[in-house]
Amino acid sequence: MTVDQIDSSTEARPPPVRKLLISGLGLLLFATSGMSFYRHRHLGESVVLSGGVTQVKQLSEYFRGIRGTVNDCNVYILDGEEPGATMFVIGGTHPEEPAARLAAWLLAENAVMEQGRLIVVLSANRSATTVTRVGGAYPTDFTIPTDWGEQTFRMGDRWSNPLDQWPDPEVYIHDPSGQYLAYVDIRNLNRTWPGRPNGTLTERTTYALMELIRQEGVDIFIDLHEAELQYPVISTIVAHDSGEELATFVSMMLSDEEFNMGMEYSPPNLHGLSHREVGDHSDAISLLFEAPEPFLDATRGRTTREQLLTGQDEFVVKAGEHGLLFERIDEHGWPIDVRVGRHTSAVLQTMESWTILNPDRPLSCRGVPRYAQVSESGLGHWLHDPATAPPGRVVIE
Amino acid sequence: MVILQTLITVIYYCLIAYVAAILIWNLRKARKWQEEVLYVVVLLPFLLRLFRLK
Repeated sequence: MTVDQIDSSTEARPPPVRKLLISGLGLLLFATSGMSFYRHRHLGESVVLSGGVTQVKQLSEYFRGIRGTVNDCNVYILDGEEPGATMFVIGGTHPEEPAARLAAWLLAENAVMEQGRLIVVLSANRSATTVTRVGGAYPTDFTIPTDWGEQTFRMGDRWSNPLDQWPDPEVYIHDPSGQYLAYVDIRNLNRTWPGRPNGTLTERTTYALMELIRQEGVDIFIDLHEAELQYPVISTIVAHDSGEELATFVSMMLSDEEFNMGMEYSPPNLHGLSHREVGDHSDAISLLFEAPEPFLDATRGRTTREQLLTGQDEFVVKAGEHGLLFERIDEHGWPIDVRVGRHTSAVLQTMESWTILNPDRPLSCRGVPRYAQVSESGLGHWLHDPATAPPGRVVIE
Repeated sequence: MVILQTLITVIYYCLIAYVAAILIWNLRKARKWQEEVLYVVVLLPFLLRLFRLK
């Protein structure tokens, strides 16, 4: 028996009230933090279906391997009044980039296809919408003011929730290229294309999305994103080789008529990304759109809901003054309305440019606001009240 | 790979349950208030993971 043990054994038994008090305090901490995490993971987000949505499917209808998992997301199909091409738009590849999900939301709630067909996914990696970056002190949700009140959305992460996919390997070896990638990117939906039917949850999700693209005969695939201002791939379209002409046309039209938009080629030797693999493994033209999001910048100040929505940050502005950014920023920041409007305009412009290049397979749509409209009236103006929606026209994401 | 992942996850949760049980046992046996607070604080992340909350 050691001296410590003798001291401990001869010490008087502590009053049970003290132990109960400390345990109770611990239980309180567990309950409050647990409830916060539970609410984040299970927060229901309503989607009021546009009159143009003709069908809502589950992703597992294209690949049974994700049935019953958190990533068995909704697939919104908008059949056109007249035939044409098929466009597939996804938001939520990286749910820490909320303008991408919200732009897809506006499509699902407002779009009516006149020619061609539109398919929309709002939560491509639904698992990643249920967690925020560990140690990042991110807000768990954010609220958009609307004409009828407000709507709250889950804030997410770049990677799938470790509760749904764990452990990570020492090195992630991408399939089928064999390229070595960072270990954590095995949970990054934009590093696991084209996916594997017997892979991890994230790999099976991209495989299911690829099956959707193949089975629905998608002509154009668009992956919506946001980027930090210190990242060179920003305010741009990244295009697969097969989409160079279309992307250049869209970039020129947007830059001439609405806002500056670049165009970059998808590097042929960088694997796992949608703009490379979707084009390589299907007949679809693959494009990726990037909008600026100061919230993601490493030099940002307080990581708050306000910063997320206004895109205003004095520290990022200071970084800009020192020439460290690849996109301009001033005291007005990059509000969420502007970021969402960039995406909706880019999608609409892609339809218009595609139709000019392919008049025999047109795409046209009404009801979706462009950049100027979203910036002026606010994104919330285009979100609809689930309480007044017709029966059967509200879906939970 | 996926089978191995599942196996590791099951073992991991068993370990978490075991460590949580040990911590609760030690909390029960602790005589000093500093130790009691320490056990409670250390226990929290184990319980959050065990109940699949975080």
